[in-house]
Amino acid sequence: MIPFIITALFGFFIYLVFTAGSGNIGLWSSSELIAGGALGILTGIVTRNFLCRKRNYRMVNPFRLAVLACYIVIPFFVEMTKANLDVAYRVITMNIRPGIIRVHSNLKTDFGIFMLANSITLTPGTITVDIDEKTHDLYVHNINVPTGEESKEVFQDHELFTYFNLPSWIRRIAE
Amino acid sequence: MDAIVIILALFLLIGVIFNGLGVLGLLRFPDLYTRMHAATKATTFGSVFTSLAVVVFGLWSYFRTVDGQFLTLAIHAFIATLALAITNAVSSHALARAGHKMGIKPMPAVCDKLEEFSP
Repeated sequence: MIPFIITALFGFFIYLVFTAGSGNIGLWSSSELIAGGALGILTGIVTRNFLCRKRNYRMVNPFRLAVLACYIVIPFFVEMTKANLDVAYRVITMNIRPGIIRVHSNLKTDFGIFMLANSITLTPGTITVDIDEKTHDLYVHNINVPTGEESKEVFQDHELFTYFNLPSWIRRIAE
Repeated sequence: MDAIVIILALFLLIGVIFNGLGVLGLLRFPDLYTRMHAATKATTFGSVFTSLAVVVFGLWSYFRTVDGQFLTLAIHAFIATLALAITNAVSSHALARAGHKMGIKPMPAVCDKLEEFSP
Protein backbone atom coordinates (compact mmCIF):
# COMPACT_ATOMS: atom_id res chain seq x y z
CA MET A 1 0.00 0.00 0.00
CA ILE A 2 2.77 2.48 0.87
CA PRO A 3 4.55 2.06 -2.52
CA PHE A 4 1.22 2.74 -4.26
CA ILE A 5 0.63 5.96 -2.30
CA ILE A 6 4.17 7.24 -2.87
CA THR A 7 4.09 6.49 -6.60
CA ALA A 8 0.61 8.00 -7.06
CA LEU A 9 1.59 11.21 -5.23
CA PHE A 10 4.82 11.44 -7.23
CA GLY A 11 2.93 11.04 -10.53
CA PHE A 12 0.36 13.64 -9.43
CA PHE A 13 3.17 16.06 -8.50
CA ILE A 14 4.90 15.61 -11.87
CA TYR A 15 1.57 16.19 -13.66
CA LEU A 16 1.02 19.38 -11.65
CA VAL A 17 4.50 20.63 -12.53
CA PHE A 18 3.88 20.04 -16.22
CA THR A 19 0.52 21.80 -16.28
CA ALA A 20 1.28 24.79 -14.00
CA GLY A 21 -0.24 28.02 -15.29
CA SER A 22 -3.36 26.47 -16.82
CA GLY A 23 -6.07 28.05 -14.64
CA ASN A 24 -6.97 29.90 -11.46
CA ILE A 25 -7.25 27.33 -8.60
CA GLY A 26 -3.75 28.10 -7.39
CA LEU A 27 -2.06 27.83 -10.77
CA TRP A 28 -4.20 25.01 -12.15
CA SER A 29 -7.64 24.62 -13.71
CA SER A 30 -10.12 22.18 -12.15
CA SER A 31 -10.09 19.84 -15.18
CA GLU A 32 -6.30 19.53 -14.97
CA LEU A 33 -6.50 18.72 -11.24
CA ILE A 34 -9.08 15.95 -11.85
CA ALA A 35 -7.13 14.52 -14.80
CA GLY A 36 -3.91 14.64 -12.75
CA GLY A 37 -5.51 12.78 -9.87
CA ALA A 38 -6.91 10.07 -12.15
CA LEU A 39 -3.60 9.64 -13.98
CA GLY A 40 -1.70 9.60 -10.67
CA ILE A 41 -3.83 6.73 -9.36
CA LEU A 42 -3.44 4.85 -12.65
CA THR A 43 0.36 5.36 -12.57
CA GLY A 44 0.46 4.19 -8.97
CA ILE A 45 -1.40 0.98 -9.79
CA VAL A 46 0.76 0.12 -12.80
CA THR A 47 4.27 1.06 -11.59
CA ARG A 48 4.11 0.67 -7.79
CA ASN A 49 6.76 -2.06 -7.80
CA PHE A 50 9.32 -0.10 -9.83
CA LEU A 51 9.86 3.10 -7.87
CA CYS A 52 10.04 1.42 -4.44
CA ARG A 53 11.55 -1.88 -5.48
CA LYS A 54 13.59 -2.33 -2.31
CA ARG A 55 10.86 -1.22 0.12
CA ASN A 56 13.20 1.49 1.30
CA TYR A 57 11.62 4.90 1.93
CA ARG A 58 14.65 6.99 2.93
CA MET A 59 14.35 9.34 -0.05
CA VAL A 60 10.77 10.43 0.81
CA ASN A 61 12.15 12.36 3.80
CA PRO A 62 11.67 16.08 2.90
CA PHE A 63 14.92 17.03 4.65
CA ARG A 64 16.90 14.78 2.30
CA LEU A 65 15.08 16.23 -0.73
CA ALA A 66 15.86 19.78 0.45
CA VAL A 67 19.54 18.89 0.86
CA LEU A 68 19.46 17.31 -2.63
CA ALA A 69 18.11 20.54 -4.19
CA CYS A 70 20.70 22.56 -2.26
CA TYR A 71 23.43 20.16 -3.42
CA ILE A 72 22.56 20.61 -7.10
CA VAL A 73 22.35 24.41 -6.92
CA ILE A 74 25.48 25.30 -4.93
CA PRO A 75 28.37 22.75 -4.61
CA PHE A 76 27.65 20.71 -7.71
CA PHE A 77 27.17 23.73 -9.96
CA VAL A 78 30.35 25.39 -8.66
CA GLU A 79 32.38 22.23 -9.31
CA MET A 80 30.81 21.89 -12.77
CA THR A 81 31.68 25.48 -13.69
CA LYS A 82 35.25 25.15 -12.47
CA ALA A 83 35.74 21.87 -14.33
CA ASN A 84 34.21 23.27 -17.52
CA LEU A 85 36.65 26.19 -17.47
CA ASP A 86 39.45 23.66 -16.94
CA VAL A 87 38.39 21.60 -19.97
CA ALA A 88 38.00 24.75 -22.06
CA TYR A 89 41.61 25.63 -21.16
CA ARG A 90 42.74 22.13 -22.18
CA VAL A 91 40.84 22.25 -25.47
CA ILE A 92 42.71 25.40 -26.44
CA THR A 93 46.19 24.47 -25.18
CA MET A 94 46.04 20.64 -25.71
CA ASN A 95 47.88 20.26 -22.39
CA ILE A 96 46.49 16.80 -21.43
CA ARG A 97 47.67 13.70 -19.55
CA PRO A 98 44.77 11.24 -19.90
CA GLY A 99 44.52 7.99 -17.97
CA ILE A 100 42.09 5.64 -16.23
CA ILE A 101 42.42 5.68 -12.44
CA ARG A 102 40.81 3.62 -9.70
CA VAL A 103 38.74 5.57 -7.19
CA HIS A 104 37.64 4.19 -3.84
CA SER A 105 34.53 5.53 -2.14
CA ASN A 106 33.04 4.78 1.24
CA LEU A 107 29.44 4.96 0.00
CA LYS A 108 27.47 1.79 0.55
CA THR A 109 24.02 2.15 -0.99
CA ASP A 110 23.21 1.77 -4.69
CA PHE A 111 21.64 5.23 -4.86
CA GLY A 112 24.71 6.83 -3.30
CA ILE A 113 27.05 5.15 -5.78
CA PHE A 114 24.72 6.16 -8.61
CA MET A 115 24.78 9.80 -7.52
CA LEU A 116 28.56 9.79 -7.07
CA ALA A 117 29.15 8.19 -10.51
CA ASN A 118 26.85 10.69 -12.21
CA SER A 119 28.39 13.63 -10.37
CA ILE A 120 31.85 12.48 -11.48
CA THR A 121 30.65 12.06 -15.06
CA LEU A 122 28.94 15.45 -15.20
CA THR A 123 31.96 17.37 -13.97
CA PRO A 124 34.00 17.47 -17.17
CA GLY A 125 37.51 16.10 -17.20
CA THR A 126 36.31 12.87 -15.57
CA ILE A 127 34.13 10.05 -16.95
CA THR A 128 33.09 6.99 -14.95
CA VAL A 129 34.01 4.10 -17.25
CA ASP A 130 33.25 1.03 -15.13
CA ILE A 131 32.45 -0.09 -11.60
CA ASP A 132 33.75 -2.96 -9.51
CA GLU A 133 30.55 -4.66 -8.37
CA LYS A 134 32.07 -6.20 -5.24
CA THR A 135 34.01 -3.33 -3.68
CA HIS A 136 32.03 -0.45 -5.28
CA ASP A 137 35.28 1.05 -6.61
CA LEU A 138 34.90 3.28 -9.65
CA TYR A 139 37.16 3.34 -12.71
CA VAL A 140 37.38 6.94 -13.83
CA HIS A 141 38.90 8.31 -17.02
CA ASN A 142 40.62 11.52 -16.01
CA ILE A 143 41.77 13.99 -18.66
CA ASN A 144 44.60 15.31 -16.51
CA VAL A 145 46.19 12.83 -14.10
CA PRO A 146 48.48 14.91 -11.83
CA THR A 147 52.18 14.46 -12.51
CA GLY A 148 53.76 11.66 -10.49
CA GLU A 149 50.45 10.13 -9.39
CA GLU A 150 49.90 7.75 -12.35
CA SER A 151 51.39 4.82 -10.42
CA LYS A 152 49.20 5.44 -7.37
CA GLU A 153 47.03 2.37 -6.83
CA VAL A 154 43.81 3.85 -5.42
CA PHE A 155 42.52 7.42 -5.24
CA GLN A 156 40.07 8.56 -2.57
CA ASP A 157 36.81 9.93 -3.96
CA HIS A 158 37.13 13.47 -2.58
CA GLU A 159 40.48 13.99 -4.35
CA LEU A 160 38.63 14.42 -7.66
CA PHE A 161 36.90 17.62 -6.55
CA THR A 162 38.49 20.96 -5.76
CA TYR A 163 36.33 23.25 -3.64
CA PHE A 164 33.60 21.10 -2.07
CA ASN A 165 33.68 17.61 -0.61
CA LEU A 166 30.88 16.23 -2.81
CA PRO A 167 31.03 12.61 -1.49
CA SER A 168 30.21 13.77 2.05
CA TRP A 169 27.24 15.75 0.71
CA ILE A 170 26.06 12.62 -1.13
CA ARG A 171 26.48 10.58 2.06
CA ARG A 172 24.25 13.05 3.87
CA ILE A 173 21.61 12.77 1.13
CA ALA A 174 21.56 9.08 0.30
CA GLU A 175 22.67 7.19 3.38
CA MET B 1 18.28 48.74 -23.60
CA ASP B 2 16.82 46.78 -20.71
CA ALA B 3 18.92 45.01 -18.12
CA ILE B 4 17.02 41.82 -18.88
CA VAL B 5 18.15 41.88 -22.51
CA ILE B 6 21.77 42.13 -21.39
CA ILE B 7 21.35 39.20 -18.97
CA LEU B 8 19.71 37.05 -21.65
CA ALA B 9 22.41 37.92 -24.19
CA LEU B 10 25.09 37.06 -21.60
CA PHE B 11 23.55 33.63 -20.91
CA LEU B 12 23.20 32.88 -24.62
CA LEU B 13 26.77 34.03 -25.26
CA ILE B 14 28.20 31.76 -22.51
CA GLY B 15 26.15 28.85 -23.86
CA VAL B 16 27.26 29.34 -27.45
CA ILE B 17 30.92 29.76 -26.44
CA PHE B 18 30.92 26.47 -24.50
CA ASN B 19 29.09 24.64 -27.30
CA GLY B 20 31.69 25.97 -29.74
CA LEU B 21 34.51 24.78 -27.47
CA GLY B 22 32.88 21.36 -27.42
CA VAL B 23 32.99 21.20 -31.22
CA LEU B 24 36.60 22.38 -31.24
CA GLY B 25 37.56 19.70 -28.71
CA LEU B 26 35.82 17.04 -30.77
CA LEU B 27 38.06 17.96 -33.69
CA ARG B 28 41.32 18.37 -31.78
CA PHE B 29 41.44 15.63 -29.12
CA PRO B 30 43.25 12.37 -30.00
CA ASP B 31 41.06 9.42 -28.89
CA LEU B 32 37.53 8.30 -27.99
CA TYR B 33 37.60 9.12 -24.27
CA THR B 34 39.15 12.57 -24.47
CA ARG B 35 36.81 13.43 -27.34
CA MET B 36 33.88 12.41 -25.21
CA HIS B 37 34.97 14.86 -22.52
CA ALA B 38 34.58 17.69 -25.00
CA ALA B 39 31.60 16.39 -26.93
CA THR B 40 29.31 15.47 -24.05
CA LYS B 41 30.23 17.68 -21.13
CA ALA B 42 31.10 21.05 -22.61
CA THR B 43 27.90 20.86 -24.63
CA THR B 44 25.89 20.02 -21.49
CA PHE B 45 27.17 23.15 -19.81
CA GLY B 46 26.45 25.22 -22.94
CA SER B 47 22.95 23.82 -23.26
CA VAL B 48 22.26 24.44 -19.56
CA PHE B 49 23.03 28.11 -20.09
CA THR B 50 20.97 28.47 -23.29
CA SER B 51 18.03 26.78 -21.50
CA LEU B 52 18.60 29.04 -18.49
CA ALA B 53 18.14 32.02 -20.80
CA VAL B 54 14.73 30.60 -21.81
CA VAL B 55 13.80 30.05 -18.14
CA VAL B 56 14.74 33.61 -17.17
CA PHE B 57 12.86 35.04 -20.14
CA GLY B 58 9.77 32.97 -19.30
CA LEU B 59 9.75 33.97 -15.61
CA TRP B 60 10.34 37.63 -16.41
CA SER B 61 7.49 37.69 -18.95
CA TYR B 62 5.23 35.86 -16.47
CA PHE B 63 5.78 38.37 -13.68
CA ARG B 64 5.25 41.25 -16.12
CA THR B 65 2.11 40.03 -17.91
CA VAL B 66 0.74 37.28 -15.55
CA ASP B 67 0.06 35.11 -18.58
CA GLY B 68 0.11 31.37 -17.88
CA GLN B 69 1.83 30.38 -21.10
CA PHE B 70 5.12 32.01 -20.04
CA LEU B 71 5.15 30.05 -16.77
CA THR B 72 4.61 26.87 -18.81
CA LEU B 73 7.51 27.86 -21.06
CA ALA B 74 9.85 28.43 -18.11
CA ILE B 75 8.93 25.20 -16.31
CA HIS B 76 9.21 23.07 -19.43
CA ALA B 77 12.62 24.53 -20.28
CA PHE B 78 13.74 23.80 -16.70
CA ILE B 79 12.57 20.18 -16.92
CA ALA B 80 14.32 19.83 -20.27
CA THR B 81 17.55 21.03 -18.60
CA LEU B 82 17.27 18.46 -15.81
CA ALA B 83 16.49 15.65 -18.27
CA LEU B 84 19.42 16.71 -20.44
CA ALA B 85 21.86 16.64 -17.51
CA ILE B 86 20.75 13.23 -16.20
CA THR B 87 20.54 11.46 -19.57
CA ASN B 88 23.86 12.94 -20.70
CA ALA B 89 25.68 11.53 -17.68
CA VAL B 90 24.18 8.06 -18.07
CA SER B 91 24.66 7.88 -21.85
CA SER B 92 28.28 9.04 -21.79
CA HIS B 93 29.01 6.45 -19.09
CA ALA B 94 27.38 3.78 -21.28
CA LEU B 95 29.40 4.86 -24.32
CA ALA B 96 32.69 4.82 -22.43
CA ARG B 97 31.99 1.41 -20.88
CA ALA B 98 30.96 -0.09 -24.24
CA GLY B 99 34.07 1.38 -25.86
CA HIS B 100 36.37 -0.16 -23.26
CA LYS B 101 34.63 -3.54 -23.49
CA MET B 102 35.01 -3.44 -27.29
CA GLY B 103 38.78 -3.19 -26.78
CA ILE B 104 39.28 0.48 -27.62
CA LYS B 105 42.22 1.50 -25.44
CA PRO B 106 42.83 5.08 -24.33
CA MET B 107 45.56 5.81 -26.84
CA PRO B 108 47.80 8.42 -25.23
CA ALA B 109 47.43 7.36 -21.61
CA VAL B 110 49.70 7.57 -18.57
CA CYS B 111 47.91 4.72 -16.80
CA ASP B 112 45.04 2.28 -17.36
CA LYS B 113 43.99 0.63 -14.10
CA LEU B 114 40.85 -0.86 -15.67
CA GLU B 115 42.85 -2.98 -18.13
CA GLU B 116 44.88 -4.48 -15.28
CA PHE B 117 41.61 -5.28 -13.50
CA SER B 118 39.70 -6.90 -16.39
CA PRO B 119 41.89 -8.37 -19.17
